Amino acid sequence: MTTKTEILVIGTNDKIRETVLRLLNTNSIWQATGVSTIDEAVVKCKETIYEVLLVGAGLTDELETRLTTAVKAIQPSIHIIPHYGGGSGLLFAEIYLALGTDNEA
Amino acid sequence: MAQTVLHTAASRGGADHGWLKSYHTFSFSSYFNPERIQFGALRVLNDDSVDGGMGFGEHPHDNMEIISLPLDGALQHKDSMGNIATIEPGEIQAMSAGTGIYHTEYNKDKSKPVKFLQIWVFPNKRNVDPRYDQKKIDVPALPNQLVQILSPDQDDAGIWIHQDAWFNLGKLEENTAVEYSIHKKGNGAYIFVLEGKVTVNGQELDRRDGFGIWDTENFTIRASTNAEFLIMDVPMEF
Repeated sequence: MTTKTEILVIGTNDKIRETVLRLLNTNSIWQATGVSTIDEAVVKCKETIYEVLLVGAGLTDELETRLTTAVKAIQPSIHIIPHYGGGSGLLFAEIYLALGTDNEA
Repeated sequence: MAQTVLHTAASRGGADHGWLKSYHTFSFSSYFNPERIQFGALRVLNDDSVDGGMGFGEHPHDNMEIISLPLDGALQHKDSMGNIATIEPGEIQAMSAGTGIYHTEYNKDKSKPVKFLQIWVFPNKRNVDPRYDQKKIDVPALPNQLVQILSPDQDDAGIWIHQDAWFNLGKLEENTAVEYSIHKKGNGAYIFVLEGKVTVNGQELDRRDGFGIWDTENFTIRASTNAEFLIMDVPMEF
């Protein structure tokens, strides 16, 4: 059985976050989960080891800094990357670059 | 000494969805090439053709400056901010996606393709308020001049975006040349040939070739045929 690459997506726009999750989960070797707050992200990070935290739109600079600090304290090796574009255009390249190109579908 | 990068038209990624034919200068959607991610803040340069009556259904964007430049035909736009617009050649459209927008883009014509460039530039600030703008391009009376169509300044010529970027359109007659000065220290310029043949810094470029140049203050674009091109002057670090 192949272990899926776990990806956590945070963003405050529910519709965009759901779109991003749907797109990521079209890749059979990725398992993407969404949250909208730092507290939710912290809870998820205590339950599951994530390879990537994708930071979507809606968090202030201050909240993005707090998020990084909180998540890194639990999972120091997680790749935290900003998401740009809001859809499929850049999404896959962002994940491939974070994980290394051997993770392509 | 100037540094350069050449992306020939034939080396671009491609996607043929039947109703949509797209050439990607940089990695986009299912086209991924780790050597072709971006040129500084310029992240997407898509050369799209959409069949008559077809288009992109409702889809989201966030945190990106999205510029559309029609080359042939008319593109209909409708977004979640309430904007309904048509853009045609001689116009430019920009959206700051910021915290998030939804929009649709359709070919207004039912029978012939619409051809346009879609260009994405990383914003200099995340999570700005979404905005939409559209402007006519001020084509000069004299040939062989550059026309500024985009800048970071609301009061400057052309449309504006959240980035220290300047776009110019050029139209040169055969055997003429134009000098271009980079607008800001740390910026580079990406030249995309729309029609004809030009030479930049000794590099011959054909239709739809792309050429990036940086670590220089200025350069000359020389046309070996009648030519049209777009210069995208963007920060190399941002």
